[in-house]
Amino acid sequence: MNKQLPELMFLKSRDGKEGCSLSAPEIADDLCVLAADKLRKDIADFPQLSEVEIVRHYTNLAHLNYSVDAGFYPLGSCTMKYNPKINEKIANQPEWNAHPYSPIHLVQGNLEIMKSLEELLMKITAMAAFTLTPAAGAHGELTGLRVIRDYLTDKGDARKIVLIPDSAHGTNPASSVLCGYQTKEIPSNENGILEVETLKKHLDKDVAALMITNPNTLGIFEKNIVEIARVLHENGSLLYMDGANMNAFMGIAKPGDLGADVIHLNLHKTFATPHGGGGPGSGPVGVAKDLVKFLPVPIITHEGKEYKVRYHNESGSNRVKNFYGNFLVIIRALVYLLELGKENIRQVAEDAVLNANYIRKKLEPYLDLPYKSKSLHEVIFSDKGLTVKTLDIAKRILDYGMHPFTIYFPLIVHGAMMIEPTETESKETLDQFIDIMIKILDEAKKDPAFVQGAPYSTPVTRLDEVMAAKQLILRWKPAATQTN
Amino acid sequence: MSTKDLKFTEKHEWASVNGNIATFGITDYAQHQFGDIVFIELPAMGKSFSKGAACANIESVKAVADMYAPVSGEVTEINSSLENAPEQINKEPYGAGWVCKVKMAAAAELDSLMDESAYENYVKSVEEK
Repeated sequence: MNKQLPELMFLKSRDGKEGCSLSAPEIADDLCVLAADKLRKDIADFPQLSEVEIVRHYTNLAHLNYSVDAGFYPLGSCTMKYNPKINEKIANQPEWNAHPYSPIHLVQGNLEIMKSLEELLMKITAMAAFTLTPAAGAHGELTGLRVIRDYLTDKGDARKIVLIPDSAHGTNPASSVLCGYQTKEIPSNENGILEVETLKKHLDKDVAALMITNPNTLGIFEKNIVEIARVLHENGSLLYMDGANMNAFMGIAKPGDLGADVIHLNLHKTFATPHGGGGPGSGPVGVAKDLVKFLPVPIITHEGKEYKVRYHNESGSNRVKNFYGNFLVIIRALVYLLELGKENIRQVAEDAVLNANYIRKKLEPYLDLPYKSKSLHEVIFSDKGLTVKTLDIAKRILDYGMHPFTIYFPLIVHGAMMIEPTETESKETLDQFIDIMIKILDEAKKDPAFVQGAPYSTPVTRLDEVMAAKQLILRWKPAATQTN
Repeated sequence: MSTKDLKFTEKHEWASVNGNIATFGITDYAQHQFGDIVFIELPAMGKSFSKGAACANIESVKAVADMYAPVSGEVTEINSSLENAPEQINKEPYGAGWVCKVKMAAAAELDSLMDESAYENYVKSVEEK
C-alpha cells in the first residue's frame, strides 16, 4: 500500500491533459441559456489530468484513511464500535426511498420504522417520549435544553442557570449557553463523582437544571444520581442526563428510573450507526411525562392501524430540523436493536465494561490511574511520572498502525489518556493494544527523545499545532498569489 | 511583575489590585496546563461580571476553557494585544499576558482569594492528587 501523501492535483497538472473528450454541444447559440459573455472560456489554474491519474489520486488518498473497519479505534467518549454491515444493507434498500412530502398513506412503513425506534428507546431508557429529529449529540443537547426552558417558562418559573459538573462532556456548557443559559461549573470529589452536598451548595431558585454526564467522562457511574434527582426536583430544578455514554449501562439501568427528566442518546455511538467523517449522526431526545408536550414537531402518532404525523404542538414548540431527522440512520439503529434483542442489549454493556476493565488491569502497573473508583466503559490514565507526555505516546501509537485514544480530556486529569475499547473488540485486539502501550512506555524510559519525535512512519510527521491553529490555509493557491 | 502581592483563585486566575481597579490574568501553572495558547476571546468593554463568572475564553492546542473572574466588577480595559499574540500569556502570564482590568464592585471579595504562599501550597496539593 502506498503510504505516501499524494502530490496535490494542482501540482501534477500538465497543460493539455484531459480526462475525457466530449464533442462540442450541438445546440444552437440562441438556445444557450447563458449569454455568450457569461460563458467562461477557461478556468485559471484548474488542474489538467488524465482520467487514470485522477482515479489513482483519490484511490491513494482513500488508502491513507483509517477507520473502525481498518483497525482498533479506542477514542474515549466516542464509542467507536464496529457498525454491522447488515445495518448498511438494510438501510440501502430502495424501498425506503421516499420524498419527505409524500402523502402520509404512502409512507406508513417509514413512519412505522421511526415509531418503532422511538418505542424501543423509551423501553431502554424509561423515558415517556422521544423525538428522533436532532441530527447529532450536541443538537440533541440543545433540543433537550429548549424543552427544559419552554417547560419552565410555561410554568412561569423561567430560570437562568445550568449547573455542570467538571466531569461532563465539553459540549454541555456550549449547548447551555447557546440555549441562553448561564453555566456554573461544579467540582466532582476525589472519587470522581458529584456529591449531593456539593450540589446543594450551588443550588438556588435560579437553577433551571443540572446537566450531568452519566457515567461521566472519567468512565465512573454517578452513584448519587437518585438522590441528586430528588434534591433537584425539591428545588424545582430539572435533571438533564447526557446519555452519550449509555453504552456503559443500557439493559442494566434506565435513566428514567434514576430520575432523569431529559436525556439524549447518540445513535452513532451506542446504537452502531456510522460515526466520524460526517456521519451523519443522530441525537434522539427522551423526556419525562410532564415535558412531553414541549418536544419539537413533527410528532408521529399511531391511531388505530394508521400512523399519522402532527406538525403542530399545543405548546407551540417548533422544529429543530427540516423533515424527520436523519432517517437512514434511524433505520440502522432499529436494525441493530432488533438484531441484538433484549438479552444482548445488556450483554453489549457488560462486554463494553469488561473490555475497558481488562485494559485498566493490564496497564495499571505502568500508568498512573488518577481516580480509583470502578471503571465502566472507559478508563482514564494520566501521564504523571512519565518521561514523555500524553501527546508523545499518542503520536507513537500511530507508528504501530493504530488509532490513539482521546488525549487531554477530561480536563480534570493531568495529561489524560481516555481509552474506550467498546464491546466489539476481541481479547486479541485488546492484547495487541496493551502490548503496543507497554512497548512505547519502555521506549520512553530508554530514549524519551525518540518517542518525543514520533511519528516516523506516517505520511506527515509531527505537526506544528500552533501554526496549524493560527495560520489556517484552507485551499491551494497558485504560487504567485500565495500570501501566507 | 512580582507575584508577591497578587491574589489567586482555585481556578488558577490571578488578580492584582491598584485602588479600586483589579487586573486579571491566568497563572503560570494554568498556562503550563494549557500548553501553547492560540486564541483568546476577550470580554467586551463595560461588561459586568460577578465573581466566578466566565469572563474570557482561552484556546490552546490541547483545550478550550473559560477564565473566571476572581472578583466582581465592570471591565474598564482589555489587553487587545493578546488578539494577535495570545502566546504572551505563555511567555509572561503575570506581565504582558494580563487579560483585562475591572472596576471592582465589591473589594471585600478579595479576602476570599489566596495569597502567593497559600496558592503555592494549593498547586502542590493539586499536583499530588
